[in-house]
Amino acid sequence: MRIKEHPILELIDKEKIHFFYNGEVMYGQVGDSIAAALHASGIKVLSKSIHLERPRGFYCAIGNCSSCHMTVDGIPNVKTCITELLPGMRVEFQSGKGVLR
Amino acid sequence: MIHTDVIIVGGGPAGLCAAYSLVKQGVSVTLFERNSKLGGQLVKQTHKFFGSEKQYAKTRGFDIAAKLIKDLEPYSAFLTIEKNATVLGIYPDKVVTVMKNEAYFKYQCKAIIVSTGAMEKVLAFEQNDLPGIYGAGAVQTLMNVYGVYPGQSIVMVGSGNIGLIVSYQLLQAGVEVKAVIEAASSIGGYKVHASKLRRLGVPILTNTTIKKAHGVDFLTGVETIQLDESWKTIPGTEKTIQCDACCISVGLAPMHQLLSMAGVHMKYIPEFGGIVPIASDTHETSYDGLFVAGDVYGIEEASSAIVEGYLSGLYVSNKLGMKSEEINSQIADFHQQLEYLRSGPFGKKTRQGLEKIKEARNVT
Ligand SMILES: Cc1cc2nc3c(=O)[nH]c(=O)nc-3n(C[C@H](O)[C@H](O)[C@H](O)COP(=O)(O)OP(=O)(O)OC[C@H]3O[C@@H](n4cnc5c(N)ncnc54)[C@H](O)[C@@H]3O)c2cc1C
Ligand code: FES
Repeated sequence: MRIKEHPILELIDKEKIHFFYNGEVMYGQVGDSIAAALHASGIKVLSKSIHLERPRGFYCAIGNCSSCHMTVDGIPNVKTCITELLPGMRVEFQSGKGVLR
Repeated sequence: MIHTDVIIVGGGPAGLCAAYSLVKQGVSVTLFERNSKLGGQLVKQTHKFFGSEKQYAKTRGFDIAAKLIKDLEPYSAFLTIEKNATVLGIYPDKVVTVMKNEAYFKYQCKAIIVSTGAMEKVLAFEQNDLPGIYGAGAVQTLMNVYGVYPGQSIVMVGSGNIGLIVSYQLLQAGVEVKAVIEAASSIGGYKVHASKLRRLGVPILTNTTIKKAHGVDFLTGVETIQLDESWKTIPGTEKTIQCDACCISVGLAPMHQLLSMAGVHMKYIPEFGGIVPIASDTHETSYDGLFVAGDVYGIEEASSAIVEGYLSGLYVSNKLGMKSEEINSQIADFHQQLEYLRSGPFGKKTRQGLEKIKEARNVT
């Protein structure tokens, strides 16, 4: 969900952009990180861990911890918390290490 | 191999101010920032800063970032800013490797300033890896940079200034803060921040820690437990608080990795939050020509990161052979500002940390 009202932040409605999550069309805003756009759409589990297959969401949001890895446009292990969302991106849930295609 | 005079790693307040000192003197600088935005931790800070006017007190964090970036504009001829560019390694002979857009680049320069800032510490408890548990900085980024709700109700772990400030910001955004929990017997941050929360009805539970997180695929609540005076858990005092987000705010640790990899003399200094370089009075490390500034050289505040940034830029210009009365008097002025910032009771940790650095210098 997006914050609609805020005493300090100027929350201007930015241009909508579309992307695909597991093949389904979704919308984010210009300037979003991939993880922020997914979070706003209620998608908070981004991958499964390599060994124990534990669910993973983002943790640090500044590119430090690698908890937000997903497959983006076929490339696995993309840090979605610091990668800017671009129109038409194909974002996929990642299981384990992911595969290079 | 790409050549430049000075490389700066990290575009937070320290890196931006270091760049300013240098480009103003006509030194060419290449600054790498792995994020798509400059400003480091400042871009997510909507609150007004403490400190003195000189370091932008009473100005909101993100406005300070905007100001520091704007200050650099007139000198664009000397400054190359590479965003989305992660520095991967620092090698002998001042070779720096960088990854940008999946491509790998090699640079060589005359001096390097590392201002990589800090990372949030984590806490060990059962199920601490569940989605829904975030660093306090992450929640702040999500809310204040992207305008997205982290969750609907939240528990904050840690009552230092960051924990208190982020809790307040959560309330401002309309998120319910169920409680702030603190393992120590007293609140870690400034009284003003704590009082603001209390007035808004947020309980701050001292002598309390988090025992485990509930949930299967996603966080549904946390179990807290009380601690006795020796920080041992008191069985039977467990309580469950329902929430869909939990924020861990138990301090920051310097991002020392690049320095450690480069073989710089390092030391664990708890007062500074972790492993830091044993640098000289001029912020130069044991690697000749490699300087440090900001949180990576001990966790402090944006105000000191700003001053350290300006200072290290001046020291580097000295190192490159630029010497003048003006540089000397600027150095003296910034030194005084740092001393002032570190003079109060909240500067005690930094003063102790610096003492330890001095001792360590004598040993090596
Ligand atoms: C919630 C919160 C509240 C705060 N409130 C206050 C306050 O009221 N007053 C105050 O004075 N201070 C405050 N601070 C502290 C202040 O923000 C920090 O001390 C300051 O930002 C440190 O500056 P820095 O430049 O050293 O590091 P940072 O701001 O962390 O910047 C480091 C930069 O380096 C980049 N980087 C790291 N590694 C690499 C790499 N390998 N390659 C390329 N780039 C890299 C990072 O992406 C980052 O942008 C607060 C901090 C937080 C988190
Ligand atoms: S959440 Fe930590 S790297 Fe993305």
